[in-house]
Amino acid sequence: MSAADTSIARAPAGRPSPAPGPDPGKAPPGKPHGGGRGRGPRRDPAWAPWLLLAPTLLVLALVLGYPLVRLLVISFRQYGQAELWQGLPGDWQGLANYTHILTDGAFWSVVLRTLLFTLAAVTLTMTVGMAVALLLQRVSTWVKVLVNIVLVASWSMPVVVAITVFKWMFDSDYGVLNWLFSRIPGVDLEGHNWFTDSTQGLAVIVLLVVWGAVPFVAITLHAGLTQVPKELEEAARLDGAGPVKVFRHVTVPVLKPVIVMLTTLSVIWDMGVFPQVFLMRDGHPEPEYQVLTTYSYDQAFVVNDYDAGAAIAVVTVLLLLGVMAVYMRQMLKIGEVE
Amino acid sequence: MSVPGTTAGRRSLPPARRGGADGGRRTVPNLLALVFAVTAGFPLYWMVNTAFKPARDALAPEPKFLPAAPTLENFRDALEVGDFWGSVGRSATVAGATVGIGLVVGLLAAVAVSRFAFRGRRAVIVAVLAVQMVPLVAMIIPVFLLLNEIGQVDRITGLVLTYLTFVLPFTVWTLRGFIVNIPKELEEAAMVDGCTRTGAFLRVVLPLLAPGLVATSIYALVQAWNEYLYAMLIMSQDNQTATVWLGNFVTSRGTDYAPMMAGSTLMALPVVVFFLIVQRKVAAGLTSGAVKG
Repeated sequence: MSAADTSIARAPAGRPSPAPGPDPGKAPPGKPHGGGRGRGPRRDPAWAPWLLLAPTLLVLALVLGYPLVRLLVISFRQYGQAELWQGLPGDWQGLANYTHILTDGAFWSVVLRTLLFTLAAVTLTMTVGMAVALLLQRVSTWVKVLVNIVLVASWSMPVVVAITVFKWMFDSDYGVLNWLFSRIPGVDLEGHNWFTDSTQGLAVIVLLVVWGAVPFVAITLHAGLTQVPKELEEAARLDGAGPVKVFRHVTVPVLKPVIVMLTTLSVIWDMGVFPQVFLMRDGHPEPEYQVLTTYSYDQAFVVNDYDAGAAIAVVTVLLLLGVMAVYMRQMLKIGEVE
Repeated sequence: MSVPGTTAGRRSLPPARRGGADGGRRTVPNLLALVFAVTAGFPLYWMVNTAFKPARDALAPEPKFLPAAPTLENFRDALEVGDFWGSVGRSATVAGATVGIGLVVGLLAAVAVSRFAFRGRRAVIVAVLAVQMVPLVAMIIPVFLLLNEIGQVDRITGLVLTYLTFVLPFTVWTLRGFIVNIPKELEEAAMVDGCTRTGAFLRVVLPLLAPGLVATSIYALVQAWNEYLYAMLIMSQDNQTATVWLGNFVTSRGTDYAPMMAGSTLMALPVVVFFLIVQRKVAAGLTSGAVKG
């Protein structure tokens, strides 16, 4: 409130011309820099920001906006190899592509698999990430440095490299993990093929995704934890709260914006996983390995059924829409504070 | 709650923090963290370890955890596979061009949304955020058709154009976070002293923004360097980028893991080093605001 007052008080002094009316209204109340912002539009022509934005908007409209519209259009048309090579728009066929995939049992098992995969990966990522972040607060400095190096190194590993390394570690004949696990008494995994059974194979892929995703989550949560006021935790502890209670009722509420942001981002990323599944199965995922992204790719570029692939992609985006909305609200709320 | 309990708690705290007891308090977390570090670091270690092993040792029934006779043989083999330098060159070109263009274009947009008040500003911010959320995997079909129509399939320019779609929104959003944190008063002071708005920006904001620019560009560089799906789809066998090149070790006869790990090491090394340098700034930039709550 006081910031808004100063902006009104200061604005007329800064510029003699009248009409301060729209400015305080436009500058959102409570903005600390309201004064400067109020002066901005007066000095700059209205088109200045749009000129600065033009190149970005142009590129995004061309390579993202247009294809997005195109994706929708194709999903309502008949679009196969003939249309692709002859540059034809394809015949309009209404919802036929959608009814086709939505009545296909294979599609629904792909949807279910994708959701379970995402659920497992996100839960594991957030749990392990939080555990590591909490640990980092309690360890000695040298351990912290060591863990941080490991986190950053695994975060930056190119996904494709990570995939090949995991494939090598889980190799049935020469993989180091089969050998290591077989050292445990009562376990014999010599020559065990992890990918014969798709549940095991997908578990390995979840592990790979989680391994790559934990660092970002842990580093961000750790940064967030340092912002939790010590006095709050101390006060709760003095009031007799155990560590679990302090975590649940003090730490988590303070961290909530970060947790919401990370969870929604993880859902979006993990549902969009492609190379992990694609390359783990050598570019030809079996039906029992297909997730929405690989399934859409397969329909389009292997079966040459672009319309079905487009419809599947649209369904994927629709499934994500709710999650995206939560993420955007959170980010905009944060933006408001600034 | 109860006063005696409080004082008892207080009294017991200071000794626990000092001396030998301190080590005791940290032992369990330290051990747990070390277990985590070893587990999470193992894939990296195993990649490097295999890369330096003679091919015969890599396939030994009893894996060796320390290289008995380190060799560069695998690296030599890896360089012979396919067109290593060509693919690395293409990856570097694509990543460099993407980041160069993305940074300039994105910076302009970031300035617009963080330093100007204008109608539609909020809509633009929402759009940038929304665009960032669209899974690129869902876009392969129309993007491929678009590039096909404008003759950009199997062209580096086509790949750069595609990569801009994920580099740009990220750059705008992150740089916006950095710019917002630079006090406006600095610019205003410069303008009072006679600088134009552009002059104030170039002389005051840009130097302060340098760390943010470096962090953003390296993060974007890594993203572009690591991209696989579009590179695989758009580029032909002869114009592979580095990520796709790695697939050359998988043949119908099986996979040459030892040279493949050498190739992987070569690909990951620059990225890991870059990332270690800027990680702190990137993490801060990605979540700036989020942390401040």
